[in-house]
This record gives sequence, C-alpha cells and structure tokens, in this order.
Amino acid sequence: MRRRSRWAIAAPLVLLSLAAMPLRAQGSPPQTADTAGMSIHSATLSDSALDAETRGVASQLRCPICQGESLQDSPSELAGEMRNLVKTQLAQGKTPAEVKAYFVSKYGEWILLDPRAHGFNLVLYAAPYVLLVIGLGVIYVAVKRWSANGPAPEESQQEQH
Amino acid sequence: MNWKRSIIAALFAVPLILLFAYGFTKDPNNIPSPLPGRMAPDFRLPVFASGEPPTTLPVGDTVHLASLRGQVVVLNFWASWCLSCRDEHRELSAFARRYAGKPVRFLGVLYNDFPAPAINWIQEMGGQQYPSVNDATAHTSIDYGLYGVPETYFIDGNGRVAYKQTGPVTDSILTAKVDSLIAALPAAAKSGAAADSALPALTPARTSPKGAP
Amino acid sequence: MTGMFAHDALLVSLFAVLFGAVIGTLGIRGHRQDWVQLAFGSVYANFVLVTIATLAMIYALVTHDYSVSYVAQVGSNETPLFYTVISLWGALEGSILFWAWVLGAYSTAVIWINRKRAGNLVPWAAVTLLVVALFFAILLVWPANPFHSVFPVPSDGPGPNPLLQNHILMAVHPPLLYLGYVGMSVPFAFAAGAMFSGEVASDDWIRISRTWTMIAWGFLSAAIIAGMWWSYEVLGWGGYWAWDPVENASFLPWLTATAYLHSVMVQERRGMLKLWNLNLMVGTFVLTILGTFLTRSGILSSVHAFTTGTIGYYFLTFIGIVLVWALAMVGGVSDKLKTRGHLESVTSRETVFLFNNLFLTAFMFTVLVGTLFPLVAEALRGVKVTVGQPFFDKMTLPLISALIFLVGVGPALPWGSASRDVLKRKLLPPIAGAVVMGAIGLAVGARNPYAVLIFAFVGYSAFANLREYWIGMKARHAAHGENWGLALTRLVGGNRRRYGGYVAHLGVLLVALGIAASQSFRREREATLEPGQSITVSGHTARLKEVWGRQEPQRAVIGATMEVVENGKVVATADPRMNFYPTQSAPVPTPQVISSISGDLYFNLMAFDQNGSHATVKLIVQPLVPWIWFGGGVVVLGAIIGVFPKRKRRTVPATARQPVPAVPLPLPTTGGGEA
Repeated sequence: MRRRSRWAIAAPLVLLSLAAMPLRAQGSPPQTADTAGMSIHSATLSDSALDAETRGVASQLRCPICQGESLQDSPSELAGEMRNLVKTQLAQGKTPAEVKAYFVSKYGEWILLDPRAHGFNLVLYAAPYVLLVIGLGVIYVAVKRWSANGPAPEESQQEQH
Repeated sequence: MNWKRSIIAALFAVPLILLFAYGFTKDPNNIPSPLPGRMAPDFRLPVFASGEPPTTLPVGDTVHLASLRGQVVVLNFWASWCLSCRDEHRELSAFARRYAGKPVRFLGVLYNDFPAPAINWIQEMGGQQYPSVNDATAHTSIDYGLYGVPETYFIDGNGRVAYKQTGPVTDSILTAKVDSLIAALPAAAKSGAAADSALPALTPARTSPKGAP
Repeated sequence: MTGMFAHDALLVSLFAVLFGAVIGTLGIRGHRQDWVQLAFGSVYANFVLVTIATLAMIYALVTHDYSVSYVAQVGSNETPLFYTVISLWGALEGSILFWAWVLGAYSTAVIWINRKRAGNLVPWAAVTLLVVALFFAILLVWPANPFHSVFPVPSDGPGPNPLLQNHILMAVHPPLLYLGYVGMSVPFAFAAGAMFSGEVASDDWIRISRTWTMIAWGFLSAAIIAGMWWSYEVLGWGGYWAWDPVENASFLPWLTATAYLHSVMVQERRGMLKLWNLNLMVGTFVLTILGTFLTRSGILSSVHAFTTGTIGYYFLTFIGIVLVWALAMVGGVSDKLKTRGHLESVTSRETVFLFNNLFLTAFMFTVLVGTLFPLVAEALRGVKVTVGQPFFDKMTLPLISALIFLVGVGPALPWGSASRDVLKRKLLPPIAGAVVMGAIGLAVGARNPYAVLIFAFVGYSAFANLREYWIGMKARHAAHGENWGLALTRLVGGNRRRYGGYVAHLGVLLVALGIAASQSFRREREATLEPGQSITVSGHTARLKEVWGRQEPQRAVIGATMEVVENGKVVATADPRMNFYPTQSAPVPTPQVISSISGDLYFNLMAFDQNGSHATVKLIVQPLVPWIWFGGGVVVLGAIIGVFPKRKRRTVPATARQPVPAVPLPLPTTGGGEA
C-alpha cells in the first residue's frame, strides 16, 4: 500500500509493550498546566507570528496523499513533515509566495488549494461574478417591466399570508 | 411542445456531456510530476544500510548526489511499512546486482521510517544489493515531490531527472529506462565506470562526522 | 442461494419497470385506463421486489454468507452486528441497491396517494419514475450486481471500510442523504408529468411537487448536517466542511431546492416565475443525478468516492439522457409558461425573493464551477489544478452574508407593496439585533470583516424572524385572550408553512452563528506529552493521564486518556484513539469531542511512543460547534412543521375523489399530451 503509516506494523508491538507498562501517570510529578505546555512547546511556540504564517501557508497547500485536505488540516505524517518544511523555509526568511512556489515546483500547480488568479484560471474567478451581474441585470429589467404593468386580470390570490 | 426550442435547449447539454466523457479518459489520482526534465534536487544523506558487494557503502557515510554526476542514478524511495515495496524489492535488487559493473548507481532512500525496522526488513526480504540512505526529515522526499512509497526516480548522467515511476518498478521498466540512459552517456563515462570498481565512484568525500572510525 | 434468489428478484423488477414504463406510455397515448393501472401496479411491484432483494442482502450480511459477492467484499466475522447491517450502504453495489429501494418507496407512496387524481399528470409522473427506476434496475442486474456468487466461498471477509464503521452517524447520514436525493425525483417526475400532460401552465400540480420537495429538502438538510457532524467526529481534523466534491454534490441540489421553496410562493401567489420554477425543479433533480454521477463514477477524486469499474459509463449514459431530456422538455414548453408579471412595488417580499433566488443560484453556480473546474482545466489546458477551501470560502462568503441578511428582510416585508412607514416600522427595529450581535462578535475578538458582518446579520435576521412570531402571538393574545403557549400553537397551526419557514430560518441562523464562531475563534495546539504533562489552549487545560492499548475482535485500539482540568480539579476526560484494522495499513484516527453549549474541546491522538512513555495530542478549542448540529435540528423541525397540510384550508380538487372513470378522460385542450 502506498499509504502513510508505519503504524500497521507497530500496532502489535505497541499492544504488547502497553500491556506490560506500568502506569506512569502517578509517578510523574504534578505539573501546572502552563509550565508543562510551555516546556514542551517553548521551542516551537516562541514565535507565534511564524506559527501564524505557517498556518496561513499550510492551509493554502494541499496534502498530496489526502484528498482535498490542506497541509494544515491533515493528520498524515507527510503533511506534518511538509508543515515543518514550510516553517523551516519561512524561518529562513522566504516569503509565503516563495514557499508556495517551491511546493508548486515540486508537486505542480495541483498542490495549490487556491488556484492562481491568472490566465485561464481567471474564468473560475470571474464566472460567478458574471452570473451575478447578469442576474442583477435581469432582475432590474424584470422589476422595471413588472412595476409598469397593471395588475393581471386573473391574478391569483389563493393564500393570504 | 415547441420542438425548435426543445432542440436548442438540449444542445446546452452537449458540452457538459463531452466534459464528462473526457473526464473518463483521465485518472483523477494520477498527478503528473513536474520533475522529469529538471535537475534532480541535490541531497546529502547518511547511509544506514550498506548493501552488498560490490556496491557497498559504509554505514554512517554521507552520500552526496552531485558527486555521482556522470553516471545514471536510480533513486528508490521506500519504507519498511510499505506493502508495495515488498512487491518490487526482489526484482529491483536482482536488477541492481546484474548491472553492478555498469555506470549506474542504485540508492535506496528510506522515507518516514526508522533504520532499525528498515534493517530488519532488508534481512527479512533476503538482502538488498544497493545501499540505502535515511531521509529522517523527509526534506529530500518533499524535494522530489514524493506522494508515497515506493517511487523511483531515474537520473541521467547530467543530473537531470529523466523519468519517475510511481508505485512498484518492474524489471522491464528498469531495463528500458536504465539501458537508454546508459546509452546516452558520453563514451568516456561508459568505459571509465565499467573499468573501475564500482566503489570509488559511489564513495564520496567523507563529510559525516560518524565516518571517521 | 440467497444471492441467486435475490438477483432473480432484481431481474424481475427490471422487467416490471420496463413493462410499466412501456404500458403506461401506451396506455396514456391510447387512452387505456386499465393499462395505466398496470403501470401503477408495476411501480408497486418494483417496490416489493427491491424490498425482497434488500432484505435478502441484509440477511446475507447478518448470516455472513460470503458466497454473495457484496458480503465477501464488505463483511467480516468480527464486525459488530450493527455495523454489519449498515454496511448495506457501505460500498457501491449495496448503496445502489439501497438507493433503488428508497426510490421504490417514494414512487409507491406518491403514486398511491395520488392514484385517483384525474388527468394524465400522475400516469406521466409514474412513467417518469419508472424510467428512473429502470436505470437503477439495469445497474443492479449488470454492472453493480451485489449478488454475484463467489466460489470458492471465503470463510471471512475484510470488513467494511473502517471510516464507515467508526461512528454511529454512518447509520444516519447515508439513509438521510438518499431520502433527500431520491426524494427530488418525485417533484421532477411531476414536473415531467405536467409537461407531458399539458398541465404545466396550471398551478395545481405545483402543490404536489412543492410538498414533496419540502419533504426531500428536510431530509437533505438533515443529511448535510449529519454528514458535517460525521466528518467532524471521524476524520480527525476538527473541521466539518472541506468543500470536497462529494460534500458539494450534496449541497448543490439543496441550494436550488431552497431557491425553489421560496420562489414557488411567488408563483402560487402571483402566478409569476413559472418557467423559472420549472427550471429550478428540473435543475435540482439534474444536480442530484450529477452529484451521484460525480461521486460514484470516480471522475473526481474525493475522500468519500467509492472505487468503481465500468459503472461510470452507465452513469455517463444516464446523465446524458437526463440532461438532454430535461433541457429539451423545459425548452419545449418554455413558451407556454410566459406570464405577464406585475409588481405593485419594488419594496415587497416578491422582490426579496428575486434576490434570494439570485444569490442562491449564484451560490450554486459558484460551487458547481469550482467543483467541475479541475476537469475543465485539464481538458482545455492539460494541467491539473485543485480548487479547494480557500477559493470556496473567499467566493461564497459575500453570498452567504447577503443571504443571511435577506433571511431577516424577507419575512419583514409584506407581499404587494410596503409604504415608507411600514418599511421603517419593519426594517429598523431589527437593527438593534444587528448592533448587539455585531458588538458581541467584536467584543469576543472577531476581526475578520465577514465574521463581524455575519454576526450582525444573524442578529438582524433572528430579531426579525422572532418578531414575526411575537407580533402574531401578541395579536392572538389581544384578540382571543389566548395564553401565550396556546397563541403560539394556534399561530403556527394556522399557517404551518409560513411559521415552519420562520423556524427553518432560525435554524439556518443558528447554523450560521455556529460556523462563524467556530471558524473565527478556532484555536489549536499540538504537543507531545508525557503522562502528567498538560496542554493549554485558549484557557482550557488538559492533562495526559495515560497511554493505553487494547485488542478488540475486529481491531486494535491505542488511546490516550486526557483529563480536562479546571482549578486543579478534573472535570471531564476524553479518550482520543487510533484504531488499527488488520486490512488497513494506516490507523484510523478516532478523535474525541467534549461538548458544551459554549463549544467543543476536540482531542485527536496524532502519535504515540511504543512504550507508552509519551503521546502527541492535538487539542482544538472551537466555540459554538454544537449550535450547528442543534440548528440543523431546528431546520428539520421547520420542514416538518411546513410539510403538514393545513387542515382547515385543505381543498382537494373535486375530481380527485370521484372514482376513476372507466372511459378515459379527454386530453386537456392544451394538448401537451400529444407531445
């Protein structure tokens, strides 16, 4: 299977080792929430701006092995590795556009969840607005014409509101 | 019924039907790689499995792709948890043994796995002719636009990706691709590599700190 | 044994529907009422036969009869009984069988209820339903036959797709979806019947089609919400809507059906928009078939798509026929539906409905274009592109905001015309709701302009809709001295459709609020914890108690017990898990959600160490998510209120209760029956 995980083989091992595992929770010193959370995350969460930017880029890139999920949302390992790479590249000073361009050069335009607004893709962006404008025009003309009409002779009044 | 309008309206269905008919000729899951034709992304990765003579590399050495320039390189991305990798392994390893004297280098790249289970896997599969390096951060895998394993990249003597195989490779694919890439090498490279032992060409500068005994 | 027998039943049903469609057409053309009765009979017979086949399939699943191909494909000895039964719709062939059964049930119900109605409307509708049934019968007998006999008979099977046996909502979502999707065939059949019989310009048939649209719409609404809930609870990324092609496919007909349920009121009241309404109804049906086609043919890749073989070509043929048929039909009768429009005033409910329809149609169009664009781009440019969440969010947010605003404006404006004074009285007070909700949104930290706008519009529209209730109840209270509860009951009972509609509006607003809040204020963090360590997100702290594992008959389970800690006390625990199925190389994540009225704590186990010394857990804090599910329930409640007929005003055409004349009625003078 061309699928993510090494877990399939790990599972039986895990079950065996867990069966023999003492409960570690009691043995651990109680820690306050914040120190525990921060101690683990001090390295990665120190720069929340970088994290926010990473999230921004990762949510615009498609996870290659999942279908339609973004790198940000996918729990798959490849997506996790790609998120790390996004972060590394941003930390090295690349702009979000450059990071996205890197992924496009590796995986093709397909990896962009938000197609680039140029060339033929403009059709995609324009079509809804074209329909909306036509629709507004139709409503304008119809309302104007119908307002000018007198009441129809056999107008139905079956239901009061 | 107003037949004229009827037919005109029905004509609107035609482009949609044609579009769907076209869609059937395509596999939505087959995404072409942009890599073929471009320079293969360079990497330096540590060897964790040495392979078998005459194409061994010491464990702990660093392989630098650029130093293999001038020969054909076959990069096979694999993992011990990957079922399809089992399907291709025997043919791939046998092919590498058969071509050991030719100007082609085979290299396994371990993706998303640990050396220990990978080494067990190699033993279980009855050995692996060529050495394997470990891509622990998966950066190289992403550099190659990897979707999953196995994927195999054929790199020509100039360091360009000539072809990418998604999914298991077979002997016939290997033969066709490797033979044509070797044929395209300049004559000097062909004779030079064949005359030498395979080892010097595959053993680049020892950049890894672990390399020193 | 079971398989052969059931396949024979399907084969007979194929002949029954074929026979019914032919004899029905001949009967209508030849004025042979007895032949038309035979067509009705084949509708019922088909239902009985498909029911037999479906029961046989359930029996085969439950008894693990692996000689039946479908059972060998989705069954396993270890799968719990409940999931064994619902794996009826877990893969392609079974879902088509179930689909055919739902179609049979709908057809039988609607034809039986209307069997005595005079004219050719019902016979033509029956023929249309039989033709649709014929397609599914063909699928079931040949390319999607679930009853192939397997030899040698395996002793066990792989079990259903783990994603489908991981959550109880899988028992709810697919049947609701089929009830919604297939239900749209009924109004379509009546539209087709009206066009063939020449009754299309009359408004009478609209009543039948509107009622059945509302039923199907209620199911479809419930299905969409249940599908969102299922994704949320099962897929592990903490979201409920990803604009996946399959999700879009369920949403497209919902949008057009919603537009229809609004604009049909303009037709009933004003006799206008007849052609437009016909388009919406036929369009809704076409979109359900398109959705089925996109999701079952494997033409677009999707999380939910089934793997397919040749069945795609059958679907392609069928959708081609449906498209040509529908367009030709509508085109052919279009000039009969020209109506002389009249509006007393631009500021009226009619005008609001026009905009409502425009925005809903534009919404549908945007989603449709986005869904199909990858195919178009590949065909014309030869390049694979993806159209994903960022595109859909960006393009649809303005339309969603506008629609939420109209939910408030529509009910406030009277039919006909509104004076300046009425406008002021009706449209100004709800601004208070907008200000309050907008301010709340800003106060809790919403900064995205659309989020603030949606908060404000939800406030506006909720105020306006509740006010309609309040005004009605106050009037009854004052006029009849009824207590408030009675006033409410009588108010709703007196005009179920109207007040059911307002209930549905409130449900939609709750859903919108839940989505806006959860999207705006979602906070997440992923951390690798040792037992005893904790993770904090937006003031919520959870501590890892232990990592555990256990073996279940059909799977192995690894879990991490997380304790939610408040002020040093454990207030709740969650067990996000990974389930390992022997047939799957990847584990199936099983997130755990702790819900409260203010929002959810969403736990997902991302990784764990093999000796249990640590686990990587993702904690997502999302406010107001349960409001989406609750709002969905309110929408469905609104549909249920609206579907019940008004007892007092129920008028049945006089002819309908008369015995069916043995001599066929003359065709209506409009003469469409000859077409």
